[in-house]
Amino acid sequence: MRYRIIIFLLLFLTAGFQAHAAPDGGELYARNCAACHGEKGESGIGVPLTLPSFQATASDDYLRKTIRLGRPGRVMPASTLSDTEIDAIVGFIRGWGRQSRAPSFPTTPIQGNVEHGSRLFATQCATCHGANGEGGKGTGVTFSRPRDQQIMAPALNNPGFLAAASDAMIKAILVKGRDGTPMSHFTGKESALEDINDLVSFIRSFEKIPKHLTAAVLETEQAVLIKDSPYDLATTIANVKLAAISNNFIFIREQRLAYGLVPEGQEDPRQHIVYFCNFNMLNSALATDPRVGLFLPCRITVVEQNGKVKMMAVNPKRLSKIFNNTELNALCDEMTKRYLAIMEDATI
Amino acid sequence: MNKALRLSIALLLFGLAAVASADQLLMIRSSLPFAEAMLALQNAISESGYKVARVQNVDIGLSKIGYKTDNYKVVFYGKAEEAARLVEKYPELIPYLPLNVAIFAEKDNTILVTNRPGVLAEFFPAPELKTLFMDWEKDLAKILNKVRDAR
Repeated sequence: MRYRIIIFLLLFLTAGFQAHAAPDGGELYARNCAACHGEKGESGIGVPLTLPSFQATASDDYLRKTIRLGRPGRVMPASTLSDTEIDAIVGFIRGWGRQSRAPSFPTTPIQGNVEHGSRLFATQCATCHGANGEGGKGTGVTFSRPRDQQIMAPALNNPGFLAAASDAMIKAILVKGRDGTPMSHFTGKESALEDINDLVSFIRSFEKIPKHLTAAVLETEQAVLIKDSPYDLATTIANVKLAAISNNFIFIREQRLAYGLVPEGQEDPRQHIVYFCNFNMLNSALATDPRVGLFLPCRITVVEQNGKVKMMAVNPKRLSKIFNNTELNALCDEMTKRYLAIMEDATI
Repeated sequence: MNKALRLSIALLLFGLAAVASADQLLMIRSSLPFAEAMLALQNAISESGYKVARVQNVDIGLSKIGYKTDNYKVVFYGKAEEAARLVEKYPELIPYLPLNVAIFAEKDNTILVTNRPGVLAEFFPAPELKTLFMDWEKDLAKILNKVRDAR
C-alpha cells in the first residue's frame, strides 16, 4: 500500500511538473527550431515549413518523428523534448498551413520492384538527390545555401528521414510533387503508378545502407589535447609560433589567457594563447558549417604550472560530435592531426 | 523496495530527465541585423555579470586574404576571478576558456551559436564542475534569450 502511495505521488509530481511547463508551441519553436528554419518557418536551411505543398504532404506523424529523431549527421539534432512539447511544436508548425486538416498516411509498406526503381531513380531523381540518395551538395549542412534555390534536395538515405516518412507519404510526394521547389510531380510525366511504387521501394531500400556511411560519427574520448614541453615557457611559445607557420598556418597573435578579463598588465604571465589560422581551411570549414566558428580561431594555450610547461588545445575530433554534421568530420579529424603535429614540432 | 516500484521510479526519473535535457548546441536566430544583434549580445553578457574579453573578427581576417564573407565574429567573455580559480584547480579546462559565442549574419537576421556548457560535464566529470557548467548554461540561456527577444 505504501508503495502505491509513493508511485501515485511520483506520478502526480511528474504530471504537475509537465503541466507547469505548459508547452507553448510558438515559444518552443522559437527556442529549438527558429535558428535554422526561420522565425516564421520561411527557412534558413531545409524545406520552408510554411510551403503549402510541404504542409499538404507532411503528416503530423512525420513532423513528430522528424523532431524526435532529427537527421543524424546532418545538423538537425535528435530532440529530447517531451512528447507533449513536440506535439505543441507540431501544432504551431501546422498553424502555418492553409489546409484545415493535416494529411495522414497509412503505414502499410508499398511493394515495388527495387531494381526498376533504382533505374528510374538514376534517371529521374539522382540529379538532385544524389546517386545514392545522399541529397544535393550542402543539403542540410549549411546555412549558406545558394540564394537562387529555394531549397536543396534532401538526403533520402538519411536514417532520420527514412524512419519518419512512411512509404505512402513518399508516394504522395512523388505523385503531387512539391510546388515552389524543384521537385516536380510524376503524374505529369506519364509515369505509371507501378513506376512510382518501384521508386518508393528503391528509396526504402536505402535503409539497408549501413548507418556509419550515412551518419558517421568520429570516435574519441579525449576532449583536450595536451603535450608536455621540455622547454621553458618563452621558448615553448616561440616554438609553437614557428611550428604553426611550418604547418601552413599564419600566426595571428599571442595573448595572455586573461587578456581583456583583467586590467592590462595584471594577467597571469604563465598562461598564454597562441592564435593562428589557415584561411583556406577556415573558409572551407565555414562554408561547410558556419557553426564551427565557436572553436575559432585555431589556438594552442601554453601554460606553466608547478615548473612544468604544457601545450593544450581543444580536440576538434571530440567536438565534431556536437555538430551532428558528417561533412565536418574530415575537417575535424584533420584539425586534430594538425594540432598534434604543431605540438610535436614545438617540442623538437 | 520491490522490483516494480524500483522500475516505476526509474522510469519516472528518466522521464523527468528527458524533459530537462536537450541538444548539444545553443543556437538562436535574432531578427535584428548583425550590428544591432552584436550590440545586444555584448550588453546581455555584461548585464549577466560577465565581461567581454575580446571580439575575434573572423570576417575581417577572411576578407583581407581575399575570401568573400558576411559578418562573422566570435565574442569571448568570462569572469576574471572564476577563470583564475578554474585554471589553478582544473588546468585541463584551459583550452575551453574564455567562454565564447559565435555570431554571424544570415541574410537579414543574425545567428548566435555556442556549445551547451552542460556538455562539458561529459568531458570533465568533477561534481563541482557540473554545478558550474549548469550555472553557465542558465546564464547563457538568459543571455541568448535576451538577444532573441531584443527588438
